[in-house]
This record gives sequence, C-alpha cells and structure tokens, in this order.
Amino acid sequence: MKPGSEAELADMVAAAQGPLEIFGGGSRKGLGNAVVGDRLEVGGLSGISLYDPGALTLVVKAGTPLAEVEAVLEAENQMLPFEPMDHAALFGNAGKATVGGMVAVNASGPRRLKAGACRDSLIGLRYVNGQGQIIKNGGRVMKNVTGYDLVKLMAGAHGTLGVITEAAFKLLPKPEATATLCFALGLADGLAKLREVMASPYDISAAAYTDGAALLRVEGFTESVAYRAEKIGGDKIEGAGPWANIKNVTALAGADAVWRLSVKPSDAADLVAGLSARGFSAPVLDWSGGLIWLSGGDGSDAPRQAVSALGGHATCIIGGHTAFQPESPVIATLNNGLRQKFDPRGIFNQGRMG
Amino acid sequence: MHMPEPSADIITRKADILARLARVLPDGALITDPVETRAYECDALSAYRCPPLAAVLPASTEEVAAVLKICAAEGVPVVPRGAGTSLAGGAMPTADSIILGVARLNAVLKTDYENRSITVQSGRTNLSVTGAVESNGFFYAPDPSSQLACAIAGNIAMNSGGAHCLKYGVTTNNLLGVKMVTMAGEIIEIGGAHLDAAGYDLLGIICGSEGQLGVVTEATLRILHKPEGARPVLIGFDSNEVAGACVSDIIRAGVLPVAIEFMDRPVIRAAENFTHAGYPDVEALLIIEVEGSETEIASQLARIVAIANRHNPVELRESQSAAESANIWKGRKAAFGAMGQINDYMCLDGTIPVSQLPLVLRRITEMSGDYGLDVGNVFHAGDGNMHPLILYDANKPGDLEKCEALGADILKLCVEVGGCLTGEHGVGIEKRELMTAQFSTADLEAQMNVKDVFDPAWLLNPAKVFPLAASEGRRA
Repeated sequence: MKPGSEAELADMVAAAQGPLEIFGGGSRKGLGNAVVGDRLEVGGLSGISLYDPGALTLVVKAGTPLAEVEAVLEAENQMLPFEPMDHAALFGNAGKATVGGMVAVNASGPRRLKAGACRDSLIGLRYVNGQGQIIKNGGRVMKNVTGYDLVKLMAGAHGTLGVITEAAFKLLPKPEATATLCFALGLADGLAKLREVMASPYDISAAAYTDGAALLRVEGFTESVAYRAEKIGGDKIEGAGPWANIKNVTALAGADAVWRLSVKPSDAADLVAGLSARGFSAPVLDWSGGLIWLSGGDGSDAPRQAVSALGGHATCIIGGHTAFQPESPVIATLNNGLRQKFDPRGIFNQGRMG
Repeated sequence: MHMPEPSADIITRKADILARLARVLPDGALITDPVETRAYECDALSAYRCPPLAAVLPASTEEVAAVLKICAAEGVPVVPRGAGTSLAGGAMPTADSIILGVARLNAVLKTDYENRSITVQSGRTNLSVTGAVESNGFFYAPDPSSQLACAIAGNIAMNSGGAHCLKYGVTTNNLLGVKMVTMAGEIIEIGGAHLDAAGYDLLGIICGSEGQLGVVTEATLRILHKPEGARPVLIGFDSNEVAGACVSDIIRAGVLPVAIEFMDRPVIRAAENFTHAGYPDVEALLIIEVEGSETEIASQLARIVAIANRHNPVELRESQSAAESANIWKGRKAAFGAMGQINDYMCLDGTIPVSQLPLVLRRITEMSGDYGLDVGNVFHAGDGNMHPLILYDANKPGDLEKCEALGADILKLCVEVGGCLTGEHGVGIEKRELMTAQFSTADLEAQMNVKDVFDPAWLLNPAKVFPLAASEGRRA
C-alpha cells in the first residue's frame, strides 16, 4: 500500500483487514523487533508544508527524505537541533531516512546533550490512529501547553500508536564556527574529563569518547568558539571534526552484535569495564558517557542485566535478543492500555516494541 | 465559569470519608475546618472559588498513595495542588473533592553535579531548586515569573516555561524522571538521571497533563552550570510592527539571545510609573539579554545592535553595569504588578508564530477598541508567547464577562494565525471551553483516551482541560 495523501492513508488504515508494517525509507529496518504485516509505505506523503525561517519553524510531511529537509534548511543556514542519527551505515543498507522514521524512533545525535532529543524539537504532529482517524496535536509554535502532549508520546513509539503523517519542528541557526577539543586519555580518565567539562559554563554541544580520546565540541560565533576552546584546552580540530561518524556509529558498521545503552554518565566506565570480561567492547561512547555503543560479547544479554541494576536501559540493536528493556508490570499495563486506545485492532507494527 | 454539580452522595458520606483519611495521615495533615479549607478554595485565578470537602497535606509518597487508594475506593475526586499559583484554575477544587497539597514534600533528595541532575520532592519551590545548587555555580533553567512561590509539582503539571526558555526550553525539556502515584495508589518511577527513559515517553505525556494522570511526588531535573555572565540591552521603537520585525531579524541572523521580552506603550507607562526604571516613553520596548563571558557578550550585543539599528530605534541602551542591568529588568519584572495598580486585569497566554506578531498586535488594538477595554501587551517575543493583559473593573457588573469575551476572541485569533490557546499557563478551567477552537472532536478524544488509561474513573482533577460537554460521559 502506498497512499499519495494523508486522507488516502487514513482510508487505507480504516479499511485494513490485518496487521500493517509502516515503512518510510527503510534505513532503520532492523531497529526494534521484527514485524509481520502488509507494508504501508508513507513515502507518497512528501514535501515541505511550511518553512518560516524567521520563526525558526518547519512543518514537513512524514515521507519526506531527511536529506531533502536538510538541504532546504542548509540554504537558510538553519538546522534540526538534535542532529539525527542515520542508521543506514549501522544496518548496512541503502535506505534513505525519512522524517516520519526519524520521529518514530526519536533519532537523536551528539547535540542531544545540549539541544535535546528529536522529541524536544518536535512541536507538532499529525497522525492516523488505528481507526483511520486523522489526529493533530501540538502545533507550529515553540511554546504550547494546550492539552496533552501526545507529540512526545508518538516520538519514539516506533509506529505502534499511529502512522505519523506530518511533523513540525523548531529549528536552530547553524553555528558560525565549530571546534573539537581532543584529550588522549584512557577510558575512565577520558570519561571523567568529559563530565568535568560538561559541568563548566562553556556550553558544550557534544561530548564523546572514542579511539582513545575524549572529544568535546563547542559551537557558535567565531569569537565565542575561540574563547571557549582556549578555556577548555586540549588539541584543537577546527570545523566539523569526527562527529558525523560518532553520530552514525560507523565504527560498528558490519558488526553482528550491537547494543545501545542509556545510563548515567558516571556509571559508564565501570559498566564498560565489567562487560569487557564477557567479551563486549565499547568503541563509541556519546552523551558524556550516557550513551554507550557495544559490540562483540558472548551472545548473552549481560548488558541488559548490568544496566537494569544501575537504572537505565539497554536496546539490542543487532543480535538475537528482544530489542527493548522489559517493562515493570505497572508500566507495561499503562503501555498496553495506551496501545489498546490508540490502535484498538492492534494493526500497527505489532510486537515491534515487545 | 461553569463547574459540575458536586456529588450529593459524596457530601453525605463526608464524615466517613474523612475518618478513613484521618487513619492514614499524621496529625495536622488533614484539614477539615471550614475556616481552614477556605485557604484552598482557589488558586491565582481568584475570580473563581469553592472550598473543597477537605485538604490533605501528606509528607511522603506512601501517604500520597494511601490517600489516593481511599479516594479511589470511595469515588472521591482529587485535585492535586502545588503552591496554588495556577493562573488557569488548575488547582481549583469542587465541593465534593479533596485537595491533595504537596507543600510538605519539599526536600532535596540528591544533588549530582557530575551527571548534572538534582532529585527533589515535588512540593519544593522552583527558585529553591536553584537555591540548592547555586553555591556550586549551577541553576535550574525554567523560570516562570512565579518562581519564588510556585512548586515543581505545578511546573510539571503545566509544563511551565519562563523568560529564558528561548535558550533553555521549558519544563518538559529539563525533566529527566519522576516518581508518581497513580489514582489507584500505585507508585511508579519513570526515567532518572540517564538521558532518555525506556519504552513510550510517559514522562513526556505526564508533563503538562495538568495533574490529571497522577500525583508526582519526586522529580529528577536537569541542572546546568551558570553562564559566566549576562547582560541586557533595551531598545525602543515607535511602532509595534517594527519591533516585531526586529525580533524576527535577530532570530534569523543566528543570534539566539537567552531572552527577548516585549512591552507595549500601556505597559511601559505603567511599569515606569510604578518602578521609575527610566524607561523611554515609546510605542514598543524590547529587552534582549545575552549570556557568556565578557568577550562573548560584547560580540553578541554588537550583532544585535547592528540589526536593531537597521530598524531605526528611537532608543538603544546597552547595560554597562550590574546596576543598569537590574534597572532594565526592574520594570519588566514588575510589569504585571504595575498593571494591577491601575486596574483589575486578566492575563492571557496564547502563543503565535513570531512572524505574525505585527498582525496580531494590530488586531488586538482593534478588538480592544471594539470592546472598550484597554489591553496591555508584555510577553516573551522570541518564542511568540504573548501575555495580553485585559484591564477591567471587577466591581462593575458585566465587566468581567466582557473581559472574558474579549480574551476568548484574542485567543481564537492566536489559533487562527497558527498559534495556540496557551503557551505556559495551562488550560485549567479558564480555557477549557475554548479547546474546540483548536482541536477537533477526534483530537480531544485522543487526549482523553490517555486519561482513560491512567485514571479510568476520571477522579483526578476531572473537570479541567477538556470542555465539560466532551468529558461529561467519562466523569463520575
């Protein structure tokens, strides 16, 4: 099924007789548990509905390729604040990321530390619910507390609560200058360095540990970047630096076991050291240590066990385990209740989130 | 303002219900004396009042759970209350409801500078969260203007903003985790000091749900290191439209100040008479604040001044000292109080796309003339969150109703130009009936479905947010 408009999509959902798998550009295929169902392609809903550079806002149809959006913003020297991760390299596919898929998985990158995740910049949504009704929530303004924030609930729901048809974002001006400060340090010392600088007033826009170095990024006006780089110290790389590779975790391309761990930054070093005994390695740690990418390992779900003891969660990105951290019974009851209300027939991406 | 008829059955059973509550609460935590419950009859939307059945002031999450279990079993509505500073009637009770105040839950549970987070009990005031960390150079960013009094619980319920959210975001962008009690009395924890919670973004839906999904008793909040310094510039224009265009140009140029505040002539005059801040007598005034080191402040201000100069300002005053900065902010911070000196007023809270500022300001002036009520404008221009203040005389019969009608027309205008009814105050009872101007029946149904899941009997703050007719079949 490939509807050409939101209304057509709504009709198709209303008429659907069985489960559907929602499909954007296919770049994130493999994320979450496998789904059985007829493919519902959203690519026919494409194009920018509204772009108001003077208000830093963009409204775009869900099937629009992300690359197209980024090109349009680039022309006005603006950007999506959250630096969305592209999963294609990690999964080794040729899919082209779309806006809807990015929202559905709440894809965020290194700048998430400063500017928030996709859900933080997402200011409005239109979606089709399980009964084929078109629903809108939020709007196109930055401050909006009118009614419940279903926008947040839909972001990261992996298409299990509805088919996103249009999304509105707040934007940021592109920084005039960028510099990366590098400190060659061991893992524990490197992560401690990241946390130390994150607790400074220097407005760090990214903090990662990879390839034996702690990396800190500052962005902004030229004078400001020069000032902060001087204060922070380390070896300076001018310009874009290694962040695109960190964002897309290209170091793990082709790996047959990949885990993504979300923890308190200060838990990262001990956690990685502990898991190395089980054969796991951590080639990339982003978000000041709060986001750990693991590969290798002994095939067990040791990362999940380790994280649940600390507070946090582990997602099995590639490998034989169920994708998401099991939920507590009370939370599971609430989530099942929400699924039941948003998609009473259970037709959307059934089982993707467990 | 219409509220549902209180349940005669509950009022008949009052003595039994209160006796049950008394058994799970320590002495002094159950307030039943009619003189004392009067203190809970309204919030900052004080035109509407109704004493509750009783008020409870639990001192622990477990006590909150015990109270909610009893109320759930007895079918008694519960109205959660932070500090009672809601401008939308979010904490206004009905005669058959229990006020659940979190004021006694005010401790700091954990500060964690390394992970940039703090965990507090939800009754703690907004400003005292910063107070707990500022000796180490940190602060909590959302800064609603009631921050001296308002509680984190209410900030979460209303997803509160403030003057500085252009740079730092609102509550939902700074909230990392909660401990919450559901209406069934179950204690759940969502999120924590790690960056994103697992599964559905329940934190995102709880924040801004106006106390209708659960009672938050603890919150983990993002704290940030303070910038090295901050400095405002004051710019006066002879037209609202030009001031609006200047705001848009500054944003487009890539300067992202920490705050851009806008005042129009009626507010400028009132603020000046009240504070003698030295404001020029102009049509529109912008206060723009930037942050950073001295070098960074100077370079940002230079860019802002260059843009402003292209719009021929009639006044441009860059602060040269801490005293001058304080003076520039003094009038703005006292603006609401200054307007209150002149008259009774109603404060609106619609948000519009920044590009629509000139049009909306012009239409508000026209409407103000049509209704014969003066309107002052003071607002966060950077994010389009307007606060028109409609002046009226509470002692003059019919004036409040006229004021509410004008307010409704202004908010409908905000929606028409692509904005929304409320940017940071919440819907409460105040804007409940206007929701249909922004949302379709299906849109509202989708939201009410969420409440059905968290609170199937609709006992938590039931007569708020949704038009009464829309929620009628769900409420007990």
